[in-house]
Amino acid sequence: MEIKTKKKSMTNYDNSIRISGAEAVIRCLLEEGADLVYGYPGGAIMPIYDELYKYQDKLHHVLTRHEQGAAHSAQGFARTSGKVGVAMATSGPGATNLVTGIADAQIDSTPMVCITGQVASHLLGSDAFQETDIIGISTPVTKWNYQITKASEIPEIMAKAFYIARTGRPGPVLIDITKDAQFDSLEFSYKKCNGIRSYTPTAKLSNKSIEEALELINLAKKPFVVWGQGVILGNAENELKTFLEKSGIPAAWTILGLSALPTNHPMNRGMVGMHGNYAPNILTNECDLLIAIGMRFDDRVTGDLNTYAKQAKIIHLELDPAEVNKNVVVDVALISDCKISLQELNKKIKTKVYPNWIKRFDDLDKIEYDKVIKHDLHPKKEGLTMGESIEMINKYSKNDAIIVTDVGQHQMVACRYAKFSQTKSNVTSGGLGTMGFALPAAIGAKMGAPRREVVAVIGDGGYQMTIQELGTIFQQQIAVKIVVLNNDFLGMVRQWQQLFFDKRYASTEMVNPDFVTIAKGFRIKAKRVEKRDDLETAISEMINSKEPYFLEICVEKEDNVFPMIPSGASVSDIRLE
Amino acid sequence: MKNITYTISVYAENNVGLLNRISAIFLKRHINLESFSTSASEIPDVFRFVIVVNTDADRVRKIVQQIEKQVDVIKAFYHTDEETIFQENALYKVKSSSLFEERHIQNIIKSSHATIVTVSPEFFVIELTGFREETEKLRKDLTPYGLLQFVRSGRISVTKAKMGISEILNTFKITK
Repeated sequence: MEIKTKKKSMTNYDNSIRISGAEAVIRCLLEEGADLVYGYPGGAIMPIYDELYKYQDKLHHVLTRHEQGAAHSAQGFARTSGKVGVAMATSGPGATNLVTGIADAQIDSTPMVCITGQVASHLLGSDAFQETDIIGISTPVTKWNYQITKASEIPEIMAKAFYIARTGRPGPVLIDITKDAQFDSLEFSYKKCNGIRSYTPTAKLSNKSIEEALELINLAKKPFVVWGQGVILGNAENELKTFLEKSGIPAAWTILGLSALPTNHPMNRGMVGMHGNYAPNILTNECDLLIAIGMRFDDRVTGDLNTYAKQAKIIHLELDPAEVNKNVVVDVALISDCKISLQELNKKIKTKVYPNWIKRFDDLDKIEYDKVIKHDLHPKKEGLTMGESIEMINKYSKNDAIIVTDVGQHQMVACRYAKFSQTKSNVTSGGLGTMGFALPAAIGAKMGAPRREVVAVIGDGGYQMTIQELGTIFQQQIAVKIVVLNNDFLGMVRQWQQLFFDKRYASTEMVNPDFVTIAKGFRIKAKRVEKRDDLETAISEMINSKEPYFLEICVEKEDNVFPMIPSGASVSDIRLE
Repeated sequence: MKNITYTISVYAENNVGLLNRISAIFLKRHINLESFSTSASEIPDVFRFVIVVNTDADRVRKIVQQIEKQVDVIKAFYHTDEETIFQENALYKVKSSSLFEERHIQNIIKSSHATIVTVSPEFFVIELTGFREETEKLRKDLTPYGLLQFVRSGRISVTKAKMGISEILNTFKITK
């Protein structure tokens, strides 16, 4: 798939003059339609920053407080805008600080180009000041990377970087540029990359497999769809909706597929996986046909593979051939962009209904509601729950906010209970599970979708991992709403300790600072809520604020997230308590 | 599934980081390589890696999918020993004195079909190309006579089936 970029050339410069490598980097970014960069300066990237200064009217640079923040901001931007995110850092520690964000982007297929400065080429390998082998370090976590040592290489390599990052299965690309290549001059001319002979972004769909898939769908009595982020990355939301409405097949989502279909759509049956909904997990092992769309059968989705959907035929719509038959062996693989595969299926799919099968979902939903959801959303106990906090955010954002989450209990609760009306509204660290992701990602998410309400929901643990980005939020006046659900614990780890380690709470209790004072120290409006009676007013005030706003909600300390599939257990062994 | 020897052939661009990228795929899965060799291929500017691993059919398939996914890889294949023609090359450095003092050593060299590469007053070097068992037998046979150095190359192999790399590259040219 190709993520949309601005078609018109952003620049109208005389292409025949010689410019520096550093200026060429900026002009390449502008040619690619990138007008926003997150980064942090330092010795080996100073020539590029000097050019940023000259081009500041065309290219906005956001100074984050840590390079990891730059990487996650670029990710957040990419996830809500659908464009390639750009992050910049200097050599050595600057570059290594990007690595967590790069790894996160790789496993969650986020298009990102990272530019790092490097020591001058004659110093490579000499253990020079701030030299680190970032190409070697980033190789296993990038889709592609390249070290530029000559200024003349810059236009072609930058064009390749953007092409690779956004096409096929998107991912992060790192370009390392030696300082001498930034200083040297080149004859600048830019040509966008439109193909690489060793790289096939999207395979051609086989007609035979479409026929085979349709036949399996026609025969099925209890078909079930599980979709993932592939639907969002492939801009296939409408095709998915048409497919589900025509075929009458109930569907559930993986955490990264969330928001591709509105929450209230009748075919939307919730989340699969470890803390997903009861019905879709149980019925994964009852369906007779599982149609997986743009998802990769992650272990948090499948549980024990030996007992996963063994009774069902499986159709896999997948762009990346390496994902087919990787974890789950499938009966029919539609290897292409799922937008194309769904369009082909939609041409011939028969209109059907499955009332008895749908009733199974309804019945199981009722069990989950009585055992879990009711207590989460309408608690009788005194302490506030994470669930009711999310529900209140839904109410005041009219089910239409972009929800950015970190990692842990609050993330699972937010993904379970947040309601969505439009796509690209859920930004979370799914595959890598990076604590500290949410605050910087929310910066990018808001800048990628400035007209949308962006609410970052974060735990007290993850918040403190990148809390310094409050500085970026204030400096840039980014009107994100930050909600910390504070239980004074690393809640998810504590939950596992309670359930599987005999309540030995090793290093999970946190003695926290005064978060409100800290936010105020960063000159951000802040409030704390401890009682249910104050929750509604606080959330209403937060959502109505035109400025960045911090809200700490003190929730019950030892609540658990249910349902839960214990690690390594079967999806049908999902526990409600 | 049974572990057997697979030969993985990779056709790729000549990119300085690619060796690292391919070996990282094995490292990530904790798979030890039996041998790894790289050279030019029959196509100008296209490099060929020959990697030998001992693993099962399912893992080798997944590894090759991951290798082929790399941007700079044109195509990757895997084959069993029966599907390839393969050889290894070995060099043996022996004291010259033993060549004259031990008559038996001359018979060993003759019967192994090894060739003498160089002779000097101190040492001589012989070379043998063949299967692992053949180069290994000669190593064992020469050891009692004072083997000063021994080295064996990684496997190189060609497949019995057609590879079709030029066709892939030509298709790219036509569509662009």
